[in-house]
Parts: sequence; C-alpha cells; structure tokens
Amino acid sequence: MTDTAELQRRTAELLAAHPPTTTDRLDFLRARFDAGLAWVHYPEGLGGLGAPRSLQAVVDAALEAVGAPDNDPRRIGIGLGMAAPTILRYGTEEQKRRFLRPLWTGEEVWCQLFSEPGAGSDLAALGTRAVREGEDWVVNGQKVWTSSAHVARWAILIARTDPDVPKHAGITYFICDMTDPGVEVRPLRQITGEAEFNEVFLTDVRIPDARRLGEIGDGWRVAQTTLNNERVAIGGMRLPREGGMIGPVAKTWRERPELRTHELHQRLLKLWVEAEVARLTGERLRQQLTVGQPGPEGAGMKLGFARLNQEISGLEVELLGEEGLLYEDWTMRRPELVDFVGRDAGYRYLRAKGNSIEGGTSEILLNIVAERVLGLPAEPRTDKDVAWKDLAR
Amino acid sequence: MTTQRTQPDLLYSEEEEALRAAVRDLLTDRCDAAGVIARTESDAPHDVALWKALATGMGLAGLLVPEALGGQGATHREVAVVLEELGRAVAPVPYLTSAVLATEALLACGTDDLLAELASGASIGALAVGLHTAPGAAFTTVRLENGTLHGELTGIADAAVADLLLVPADDGGLYAVTASAVTVTPQVALDLTRPLATVTLDGAPGRRLGAAEPAVRRALRAGAGLLASEQLGIAEGVLTETVRYLKERKQFNRPVGGFQALKHRLAQLWLEVVNLRAAARAAADALSTTQDADLAVAVAQAYAAPVAVHAAEEALQLHAGIGMTWEHPIHLSLKRAKADSIALGTAGAHRAALAELVDLQAP
Repeated sequence: MTDTAELQRRTAELLAAHPPTTTDRLDFLRARFDAGLAWVHYPEGLGGLGAPRSLQAVVDAALEAVGAPDNDPRRIGIGLGMAAPTILRYGTEEQKRRFLRPLWTGEEVWCQLFSEPGAGSDLAALGTRAVREGEDWVVNGQKVWTSSAHVARWAILIARTDPDVPKHAGITYFICDMTDPGVEVRPLRQITGEAEFNEVFLTDVRIPDARRLGEIGDGWRVAQTTLNNERVAIGGMRLPREGGMIGPVAKTWRERPELRTHELHQRLLKLWVEAEVARLTGERLRQQLTVGQPGPEGAGMKLGFARLNQEISGLEVELLGEEGLLYEDWTMRRPELVDFVGRDAGYRYLRAKGNSIEGGTSEILLNIVAERVLGLPAEPRTDKDVAWKDLAR
Repeated sequence: MTTQRTQPDLLYSEEEEALRAAVRDLLTDRCDAAGVIARTESDAPHDVALWKALATGMGLAGLLVPEALGGQGATHREVAVVLEELGRAVAPVPYLTSAVLATEALLACGTDDLLAELASGASIGALAVGLHTAPGAAFTTVRLENGTLHGELTGIADAAVADLLLVPADDGGLYAVTASAVTVTPQVALDLTRPLATVTLDGAPGRRLGAAEPAVRRALRAGAGLLASEQLGIAEGVLTETVRYLKERKQFNRPVGGFQALKHRLAQLWLEVVNLRAAARAAADALSTTQDADLAVAVAQAYAAPVAVHAAEEALQLHAGIGMTWEHPIHLSLKRAKADSIALGTAGAHRAALAELVDLQAP
C-alpha cells in the first residue's frame, strides 16, 4: 500500500539520486515522473503509483521544501487538466506511453481544438470534417478560441466523421500534430486589445488512425471527460481571504479615501461578503473532495466566480473615477498565459466578460445544474434524431 | 504548542448527520405544516409538547451547556444542525430563544443553577431584548428602583412561553425574573411561528446575575451566527419543495419545471443555498472555536437573510396561485424568512460591522 511514509521515502530517494541543485531541470522532472511522483493517483509506469489523489500534497510539500523545480503547471494547464485525464481514460497503452511523460514535464505543450465559429454552446453541431483515407484521416475545418495554439506541439481535436447520423453520434476524438503543414494558427484579438486566443485553420491535415482517441463515432462521450475536467480547473483555485478580484479593490479603498462614496461603500461591502462566501464554498468543496465525498457543488463554482469577477471589476473601474476613464495600453500582444488579473482595472473589467462564456456559458451551466443536480426535465429537443447534415444552420 | 487551524471545518460530521436525521424524524412525525398553520391562530401558538420532546426527550436544550451542569457539552456546530431542521419545518418552538440566546447569556454570567434548569428543559428562558437587536447595538433597559424592576420591553420573542426572563436594567446588571412576576402581552407578529410579546415590569423582584452588556453581546453574537443555519434550513426547505412541485405541476402539456426560464431561477437559488451552507457552517465552526467569530458571524448574517428571503419569495412566485393561499405552507417560510432578515440585526447592520472588522471604512 502506498501511504504517506512510503511517499516520503520515495521522494527522499528521488532527491538523493537527482539533487535539484546539480540536476538539469528537465532531467529532474523526467526522473520525478519515472519515480511515480508526478501525479501519484496515475498508474505505475505513467508517472504515478496508483495512490489516493489527496496524497499528492505529501510529495509536493517535500519537493517544495527543498526548492525542487516544478513543471510550471500554469503554462501547461490544458495538457494537465484536459488532455491528460482524457488520454488516461481512453488512450491505448502506446498513446499513454508516448504522450503523458512529455505532457507532464512540459516538454510538449497541448491545446484544445473544440469550439468552432458555428458550434459554441451547441458544440456537438461542429462541422470540421475528418474523412478516412487508408490509414489516415484527412481533416478540414476551422476552430476558434484556442489558447496556446501558437506554442502547442499537440492538440486534442474533435471532428465529424459521419454527417449522416445525429450530431452526437458522428464525432470522433483525435490527437492532432500542430506542426502538420496543414495547420495554420492566426491570433484572435479580443476586447482587451490582446490575443490570448487563436483561430486555427485545418486544411487537409493528415492524422494517422493510431492517433484516434476512443472509438470512431464515440468522440462526444470522450469529450465529456475533457470538458468536466475543464470546469473543475476553472472554478477550483484555492484563495486566501481577499485573494481574488476583490483584493485590488479593497486595497484601493483603504489607500485612497478621497475616492470613497456611500453608494460605492454599500456595493463594495456586499461584494466583499459575496467574495468571502464564494471562497468558503470553494474551501468546503475541497474539504468534501479530501474526504472522498465530492458534492454537486462543483457544478456551481464557475457560475458564481464569473458573476463576481464581473461585478467586482466593474465596481473597481467606477471607484477609480477619473482614472477609470483611462486604459493602460491597447497594444496587440500575444501572451502565453491566460491572465484574469492583468495590469489594470480596465483590463480586469474587460477580461472578466469572458468568464461567463469560456468553458461553458453561464446559461448552459444553469441548465446543467437544473437538470443534473435538481433533476428538472430537459427542454423538448428537435435535434436529437436528425442527421447532422440536415440540421438548421 | 497550540495548533491553530487555518481553515474552518465546513463539513458535517457523522454524529452531526445522525443528529439531523433524528431531529428530522421527530419533526416529520410531530410538526406537519397543516398542524403548524392551525396552531398559529389558536390560544397556544407554541407547540409545547414538541418542545418537551426536543428539549427533554432528546436532550437538545442543553447542547451548549457543560455536562457537569446536566447539559450535553456539545458545540455551536450541533446547535446549528438542529436549527437547520427547525428552520426547514418552521417549527413553533422556543429553541433559538431558550437554548441559544438565554443559555449564552447565562453562560456569560456563570449562573450554574439556572443553566441546569434550562439545559434539562424544565424551564424555558428568554432574553428580554428586542428580537431586532444586532450584536453590539444599544438595547432597552428597565429601571431599578428600591430593589425592584420597572418598565416595558417590546418585541420579546417567545416571552409568552418563557418561565424565566433575563432582563437588562439601568444599573448595568442583567436580572433573572420569573415570568409570574411580570405581565406578558402578546403582540401581533409578522412571523406567527415565533410570537413576540411586550413584557411589563411593575415592581418585579429580580436576581442580579452579572453585567448585562457582555452577556447580551455574547448571546446576540451566537444567536446571529446560528440564525444563519436556521435561514439555511428555510431556504433549502422551500427550494426542495418548489423543485418537487414544479416537476409534478403540468401546464401547456409539460411539467412547468422543464421551462428554461424557471429552471434558471431554481438553479440560481441552488447556488445561493450552496453558498449559504458554507457561510453558515463557517459561522457555527467559528463560534465553537471562538476563532475569528465576529468576522464569520458578520459574513454569515450579511449573506443569509437576502438568500432566505429570496428563496421564499421565489418559492411563492413559482408555486403561483396556490402559494398565495393561507392553506399552503409557503407563507410560513416567507414570514419566518422576512422576520429573520430583521432579527438579530439586518444584513446592512452586519455589513456595517464588517466594515470596521476588515477596515473598509465608510467615507
């Protein structure tokens, strides 16, 4: 059995064999993966030891204490949070061995080719086509809202392999090589002035059948693993009190009494309370996960987080008064990381608008809560038994 | 070395869940909505038999009282679970007043004999401070003249069934006064299940227990923090019932609960209830450890009242016509939720307290 003592022993062994001070960063990360200490809940041989997920903290704490390098998880969030769990669940042994190690060490960055201009909330209506030619699939179409596409080595991709069946049934999940000559990445400038995201045009991209993930036509089910993990990742960050968007507003309020008004005071206190309560809700959710009783509360975290970020950042712009009329810089940039906090209040206000859209709109998430948590009936559907090619568009 | 927990324990223990199940069973058997509605217009709006079953039968009156005094030696966490269930059922029992407010005041004064009486359920106590009073706010006192008490106190919750009143006087003392020595006149209250009364003292003898200010402040703080759990119970109860009803109710050849406009409103309410649970648990835990309790209570009370009121108002609207009738129990929850939004300080009063606590000063 793998318990705390065993993990501490293995971590000490890793550190003795590969002292972080004298070992190359990548060599250390590879050695950590091979020792099963990357993600201890993964199987042996794939960076883990089949241990309870909660014990990862034991390894992380021991490594952090001696200043060992980490895999910079913020840079490879899509790989860690979405691609990896999907590959683990649906990948062949060969795929798991090929992809998981460089994914975890960050040698290979991943992106996600899901949304399309014509398939947003109704993702299952997507139109990017994959046609079988011998041992390959030939892919044509356009994807959008792809963060990290310009630095990614691989992508998780869903495409239509059968247009003659209802939309959910004709989708297949692939691993796409972003260096294929048919892949063109263009920055997509957003309202902040920056281009965090990209449009990705796929023209006769050839994907070997060996890079299919799951069965042909089963891509929608495979994608659920990816999407469920995305929502957990977006809503689940641990924060100290005033750790989120409320922090900069509270700081400005304390430091600049000349900006205070009674009306803003009431709104600030109300939002401060809501931010603190949201933080407690996140903490409660983590405590439930730690004792192995995940509640349905996770479904709501992103909803609350999106609304709060928007209201708080809106208040911050108003609090600044004359300065709120200004914006630091509209220069087009292409940041490597998603950044909700940014440089100034104006950026936060504009970027927060995306929080209720990305990773599932708030409207869709409310449907999910209503149907899956409260058990309310679904709206009558007109698209379930219609072939994809016959859908209204 | 003392280890301070950095995070409050926001879960329910197995024992707390067992306690919840026992209280819910009792209330299911003994506190049905039709009976509560009928009782509100009778001469005895309080359900004394139910109180005896809870207080004496299950020993819940003494949860906060040490075992040495005949109590259970439990904590605010368990009391919070009981209040969730009482709120859900809108039970007409003096639990918050006797087992929380009066008990906390006696604990502050160290009055062992009276604590033992309340803990056993033999007596019902009431703190003679208006129910609207926020922790730290000024409260009305009576005059101490020639060794007896004189004056009138209004808005005293559950005074009609109290055996023992804890009365603040103008000498700064808190006095124990037996109910037979005062005149209790019922007021017509918005919340029929937590009746209010005027208490008139005309030369009533009292026993000085200690200083009133710290005892009242402690009682009101605990009461406010635990009221959030009652409000959670109300909100969760009406949400559960409304979801059930909207799955069953059909219009336009469909269950009404399948319309997206209504589903979104119910999902929003669910989110608020989830948040309130975390806030209420944090307050109960903070009161039990006395760590950061002022802050946790202010946060919970600033959040809880709008949620409970919103839940009850939405429940009424989504029930539509039937929800407007005297026969349907939604109005019990609405009246309790609205009264609770004033009891022990409004959300605004608690936000004002918070402004001081976290240094977000008014202009």
